Amino acid sequence: MKKLFAAILFSCLPALALAAGGHDAEYEKAPVNLQDKVSLQNGAKLFVNYCMGCHSLEYLRYGRMADDLGIPDELVLKYMNFTSDKIGDQMRNAMDKDDAKQWFGTAPPDLTLEARLRDPDWLYSYLIGFYEDESRPFGYNNKVFPNVGMPHVMAGMQEALDEEEFKAAMGDITNFLTYAAEPIAPTRERIGVYVLVFLAILLVPAYLLKKEYWKDVH
Amino acid sequence: MRVVNGLIDWVDARLPVVNTYKKHMSEYYAPKNFNFWYYFGVLSMVVLVNQLLTGIWLTMFFSPNEGFQSVEYIMRDVQWGWLIRYMHAVGASAFFAVVYIHMFRGLMYGSYKPPRELVWIFGMLIYVALMAEGFLGYVLPWGNMSYWGAQVIISLAGAIPFDVIPFIDANDAKEIGEALTTWVRGDYLLSTATVNKFFALHVVAIPLVLVALVFLHILALHEVGSNNPDGVEIKKNKDENGIPKDGIPFHPYYTVKDLPGVIIFMMVFAVVIFYFPTGGGYLIEKPNFAPADPLKTPDHIAPVWYYGPYYAMLRATTIDWFISSKAWGLIAMGGAIAILFLLPWLDRHPVKSIRYKGLLSKITLALFVVDFLILGYLGTQPATGLAKTVAQIGTVYYFLFFIVILPFGHRFEKSKPVPERVTGGH
Repeated sequence: MKKLFAAILFSCLPALALAAGGHDAEYEKAPVNLQDKVSLQNGAKLFVNYCMGCHSLEYLRYGRMADDLGIPDELVLKYMNFTSDKIGDQMRNAMDKDDAKQWFGTAPPDLTLEARLRDPDWLYSYLIGFYEDESRPFGYNNKVFPNVGMPHVMAGMQEALDEEEFKAAMGDITNFLTYAAEPIAPTRERIGVYVLVFLAILLVPAYLLKKEYWKDVH
Repeated sequence: MRVVNGLIDWVDARLPVVNTYKKHMSEYYAPKNFNFWYYFGVLSMVVLVNQLLTGIWLTMFFSPNEGFQSVEYIMRDVQWGWLIRYMHAVGASAFFAVVYIHMFRGLMYGSYKPPRELVWIFGMLIYVALMAEGFLGYVLPWGNMSYWGAQVIISLAGAIPFDVIPFIDANDAKEIGEALTTWVRGDYLLSTATVNKFFALHVVAIPLVLVALVFLHILALHEVGSNNPDGVEIKKNKDENGIPKDGIPFHPYYTVKDLPGVIIFMMVFAVVIFYFPTGGGYLIEKPNFAPADPLKTPDHIAPVWYYGPYYAMLRATTIDWFISSKAWGLIAMGGAIAILFLLPWLDRHPVKSIRYKGLLSKITLALFVVDFLILGYLGTQPATGLAKTVAQIGTVYYFLFFIVILPFGHRFEKSKPVPERVTGGH
């Protein structure tokens, strides 16, 4: 009875966490794979070319990205940095926030943490969710973010590629932004295994010690 | 060895180290029948130490003037900063989780009943200090939920119904409320002045109080001795040496028994830190990944889960009778916490432990747990129609449990006989 009660009590707790983790069905599943360096590199390339004119990655440094994604520093500085920034600098842009507000109605947000603020699935669905709508100032609207201020900057790319290729490209940007939101994530998951194995091994002598001491307690 | 013994003697002649060690460790006799629920006291200590240590290291790198930026700096640029920050943020939730279970244990086995009233009171003070500490700490990263959460909580100071005092009219009451909120914020708006103030309270003032209270909690406990799942006083049955027959020395028996428990807890903790550090938005809420923005109200302002029950009660009130419904909500919330202090005197059941109480006690206690969990869940959800009604029923039961069931419930049930000695061994 007691055990059952305790079991029910504890089984309720993860249910609370799950309740918040549920994904809305309206979003398409983002192809996130932080081990896929090719995808991350392509996402980074697309990001600096298509997004970074307006959106900064204030909390990510060029050098960190170079190391994590396996891109040589020289190549990052030559092809992915369009300012006079140095390798240790944060990935900022030259857009003036007040000007931007005049142009788009709201200043384009920094996107370093966007994947954690929203959700990778949201980001992916947003990126592939633009459609033509003449009523909007830039001629496009978005399925998951109605009346968004952002113009469809990937329109040219979308025309040049077939649907699968375009979705893959947007998936790469999503993957890259998921990386940018928490660069440590793969390391964290790797270290976690060692910590758990260590604790599991430590548990054995600790348990045996307890058993040894308690064998004469009746 | 002789040098070591000499040193101990020298110190002991000047400071009661040997006596203290005996009194609190090697000759502190704890009942031998502690069960699973008795791990959560030591686990609270473990989490407290975790919070103090990770907190000290976070303080080395955190800047209250740039809260949001400095948290990302810690997460990305400080060596192992991400681990320390996750340990601290998840540790806050872990603290409440173990403390809630620890309190439930007390409720289940009547550990607050005479002569342990002060142990419970100190424990409650720790709980209140912990809630203040958690709130202050939640504001520091200065994310958008930090901002709006603080906005809601600080505005409560303005909802205190001062106009119930005879010579204060509604206008004066409003002015007092505004002055009070300005004083709490340290500014006319929520600003970095507030964050700096909260930082000082979070890293110095409240931790000092917490550590002092934990010390008193344990000192009071060791004076009266631990309760146990049977609710039997082991000091009533002593052997010829004056040692309780059902007692065993805390050290080494409980130190070696706690060790595997602590390791298992650390494993659960590590799983969360390394694989679910944001807890699906329950431990670190999504809106807090955007900096504080007075112009962008989050769709839904939710407290962290551990304040859920009280937040649900705060929002459950709808009557504007005599004072505003917001003030009634404040009274419900404050009362829900305050009433816990009175527990030792509200519970008039002749039997301590749930094991020997009747069916009514068992059912009402189980319902109370369910009620608390439901209120906790509702506190994190929008207060819409049905949710609000459920929260109202939940609030009523919460108070009913303390005001009616605990004082009078025993008259309507038949208790089982309480044994002379503890049962079951370990």
